[in-house]
Amino acid sequence: MKNIEFRTATSAQGGLVVMAGVPGVAAGSRVQLRDHAGRIRSGLVIRSADDAVLVEVFEGTDALDLERTWVRFLDEPFRLPLSRDIMGRVFNGAGLPRDGRPPVISADRRDVNGEPLNPAARAYPREFIQTGISAIDGMNSLTRGQKLPIFSGGGLPHNRVAAQIVRQAKLLGEEAAEFVVVFAAFGASHSDARFFQESFEESGVLNKVVMFLNLADEPVIERLLTPRAALTAAEYLAFDLDHHVLVVMTDMTAYAEALREVAVLRGDVPARKGYPGYLYSDLAEIYERAGRIKNRRGSITMIPVLSMPSDDITHPIPDLTGYITEGQIVLGRELANQGVYPPVTVLPSLSRLMKDGVGKNFTREDHPHVASQLFASYAKALEVRGLAAIIGAEELSDADRRTLEFADAFERRFIGQGEDEDRSIHETLNLAWELLSMLPAESLIRVSEEELAKYHRGAA
Amino acid sequence: MGKILEINGPLVKLDLPQTVLGEQVRVGRMGLVGEVIGRDGDTALAQLYEDTAGLRPGEVAEGLGWPLSVELGPGLLGAIFDGVQRPLKAVWEQSGDRIARGVAVPSLPRDKAWHFVPDPRRPAGSVLAGGDVLGTVQETESILHRILTPPLIHGELLELAPEGDYTLDEAIGRVRLADGRIEKLHLFHRWPVRTPRPFRQRDHAVAPLITGQRILDTFYPLLKGGKAAIPGPFGAGKTMLQQQIARWCNAEIVIYVGCGERGNELTDVLEFMPELKDPHTGRPLMERTLLVANTSNMPVVAREASIYVGITLAEYFRDQGYDVVMVADSTSRWAEALREVAGRLGQMPVEEGYPAYLGSRLAAFYERAGRVETFAGDHGSVTLIGAVSPPGGDFSEPVTSHTKEIIQTFWALSKELADARHYPAVDWLESFSGYVKSAAKWWAQEVDPNWESARAEALDLLAASEELQRIVNLVGVEALSSEQRWTLEAAGLIKEGLLQQSATDEVDSFASPEKQYALLAALLDIYRHGMKLVKLGAPARRLIQLPLLAQARRWKSQHKSEDIAELKARIAAIPDSFDPLIQEYTASPSTLREATP
Repeated sequence: MKNIEFRTATSAQGGLVVMAGVPGVAAGSRVQLRDHAGRIRSGLVIRSADDAVLVEVFEGTDALDLERTWVRFLDEPFRLPLSRDIMGRVFNGAGLPRDGRPPVISADRRDVNGEPLNPAARAYPREFIQTGISAIDGMNSLTRGQKLPIFSGGGLPHNRVAAQIVRQAKLLGEEAAEFVVVFAAFGASHSDARFFQESFEESGVLNKVVMFLNLADEPVIERLLTPRAALTAAEYLAFDLDHHVLVVMTDMTAYAEALREVAVLRGDVPARKGYPGYLYSDLAEIYERAGRIKNRRGSITMIPVLSMPSDDITHPIPDLTGYITEGQIVLGRELANQGVYPPVTVLPSLSRLMKDGVGKNFTREDHPHVASQLFASYAKALEVRGLAAIIGAEELSDADRRTLEFADAFERRFIGQGEDEDRSIHETLNLAWELLSMLPAESLIRVSEEELAKYHRGAA
Repeated sequence: MGKILEINGPLVKLDLPQTVLGEQVRVGRMGLVGEVIGRDGDTALAQLYEDTAGLRPGEVAEGLGWPLSVELGPGLLGAIFDGVQRPLKAVWEQSGDRIARGVAVPSLPRDKAWHFVPDPRRPAGSVLAGGDVLGTVQETESILHRILTPPLIHGELLELAPEGDYTLDEAIGRVRLADGRIEKLHLFHRWPVRTPRPFRQRDHAVAPLITGQRILDTFYPLLKGGKAAIPGPFGAGKTMLQQQIARWCNAEIVIYVGCGERGNELTDVLEFMPELKDPHTGRPLMERTLLVANTSNMPVVAREASIYVGITLAEYFRDQGYDVVMVADSTSRWAEALREVAGRLGQMPVEEGYPAYLGSRLAAFYERAGRVETFAGDHGSVTLIGAVSPPGGDFSEPVTSHTKEIIQTFWALSKELADARHYPAVDWLESFSGYVKSAAKWWAQEVDPNWESARAEALDLLAASEELQRIVNLVGVEALSSEQRWTLEAAGLIKEGLLQQSATDEVDSFASPEKQYALLAALLDIYRHGMKLVKLGAPARRLIQLPLLAQARRWKSQHKSEDIAELKARIAAIPDSFDPLIQEYTASPSTLREATP
């Protein structure tokens, strides 16, 4: 069947083509279309019956002449050829080279959809990754094998934060970063892609990066394939070649919008805001490919970047993502406007795996308590700040004024740091104590009395 | 034998006459399994539990003759199953790290022999009815597995095997049914998951489920056999709270259903549980726990089934006379699976794309909870705790609002509390419990007769402080009277010293009912003492400076549940802290002390 060309297209509309009289086509198999101009497009079978086969065309159906379109059914799913040579390469969303170098040739070609990982085979992520960013390390720690997205908004420096993490990420006690990076961009602008490329170049890691790029002006349907191709490569690097892989994907919102576009064409029943009901399952198929596996040395740590439409965290895309990922780092416009970099809004940020990766034996014994105390004190301080905005700072009690000073110092000195500033976890924790010492010891009930005696610098 | 006509996502149209709705089918060369959800003439519509990629029209299909069923017998405890009861550890050994399609592994191990002790009340010739106990197998050190007669069997017992070791494939008895047919009995039997298991009659739920979590047990109690929901936006600590319940609750069996949730969470439970001891028996927690896992990246149809698989397993242990808790995380994912299939079937969506039968399906599911008298005359219960994941944290969405009408205990999680890392982030104003009256009887009998009034007093205090907080937010704390400021302070003391509870702190993680009440009574005592003083004219800011207030906030993590004598001594010493102030504001402190309860 692979070598037969069918010319039986009966209808074409918005990226979908219906083929008649092609019996026995496997669901999910890859398709090659040749149009009258000789241009080759690729597609996927999404519905198969003896009398009609529905094909999704990645490059779209523009300028397609039904009578002069020849279709071959390749009888296999989308596969990505894999070998050690993928390191340092740049591919398009469907896994074809876009760096002008020859395609990767390998007998090892894997279905980009992957197969679900058996929960019994997973190993729980516990190793603390030091990113050198206090707001993350101190309060929302990342662990190896975790999926921790950056929730951001238009105009916020999410790309710079992601690039800083890639540059600085290391395990405690190790000097150089030993991560390899899989970078996937879908719907990203050319300048964003260039920013990352240059950032990788500057830090000299380019030969340890694999890139999959589908830029904003490239076919939308191909975006559905891009993260899958990238993760297939990541799985190969992690679980076949024993690398620790850091996967950075941007922007998940563009992905979800592509999914919605295709769903509407297919006529799927919309759930919220026009997104299909299976958006959750579809996102989960991507995010759940992060992790560690028992008896395997490598790991996949995932940092998806997601811009929240109109900064709304309850929008379906950040909302469903938050239900799947193990926390989120939220960037805020208010801090950014005050010139704080990285503008991490710590209260809605969260790392679910932090509890098992910090503290005694991992970072420092006071870490979990200090983090909890920072959250509590800062939340309290924001309440006071809200009050001060109404009644005026002059009306505040002395204690409240100290709290306000704490909030300012916390934002400027703890959250804020240089783009090249790589703080060790000890520096971060010591800084936290320095700031907490601005508050009276008896108000700090999340830390133990011993820790207070050891680290608090104020008079009790 | 039939054949495939069409493949559309997880739905497959088959040319397969004479199948019954709900029947299991095996489809294609890969042998993928699914169930029939529609019939039209000779055409059957089936939803498959596995990914359909690679299936072709024309491949074979066959009906298996039975509905989706689970195997019930020894070997369940400590296991982890997927949404259609495939044992994931055995699947791992057979097919590797990734779940290959079409793997067929029996749910319960066939090679293991169990030591069966027959029940002496079952001589040959006696009448045997469904639910009767045939004998026992000591499955784990803490759980005695009672081997039950399959529910629909009724007849004369011809023979029951003597004490000895048997595998699941070996018959342990024979029974002659009313129509003369002879049926073999085994250590296990099958039961269709969508049919509730029968029992003799429903009972009243009487005892609270003790979870060791103060905000739950003391403020919004749940009874054994009750139904509860935990709604909350992401990051509000739903999973943590459920794991705390699974860890500490005083049920005999805990069934944890991970329905469309994160793979790492189940790994956490799998790695963590065997290391933990059951606080009530001292045995490893895994011995009383079983997991059903259909993570978010596993096929969606099996996700829909996983909830029913879980509840059927729960009913089976209930029928053995156990108190079972089933935690379903999350029912929203189950509802979404329902929606996804309904969408593909082209059914008319009502709210947010959900089918019209969402409410009735949810209600029917929660109805399977309850405390019952079993056919064997024992009492067993299934307590159902369903997590709800409302989109955007909006409790008015269909799944949350339907669930709210069905359940009796509502543990609402709040994003604001979670953001300030106040855990468990159970909102004390939005939560409710319909079981307070029944629970009060138990607390009065077992712990303290004043439980109900103390609980009410604390809740009033919290509600009053909420009002006051609104004023403070408008005009500042200085505008409050001393009395109001003290109320605010005391409410803060209750929030931080009682409601807030650290899951990671060894001492604080679990609080016995005695400790819960002692803390509650102590904090209220401080409040009342302070109030007396304020009424005597002492300004609230003097009281707020008392070191006692900071100390009392730490009591919860300083005194273990096992030795609350020390805690009680501290409580007895509360008046001492007020003495200097009392002397200042009254002529004769002794009279005041006597007047304070």
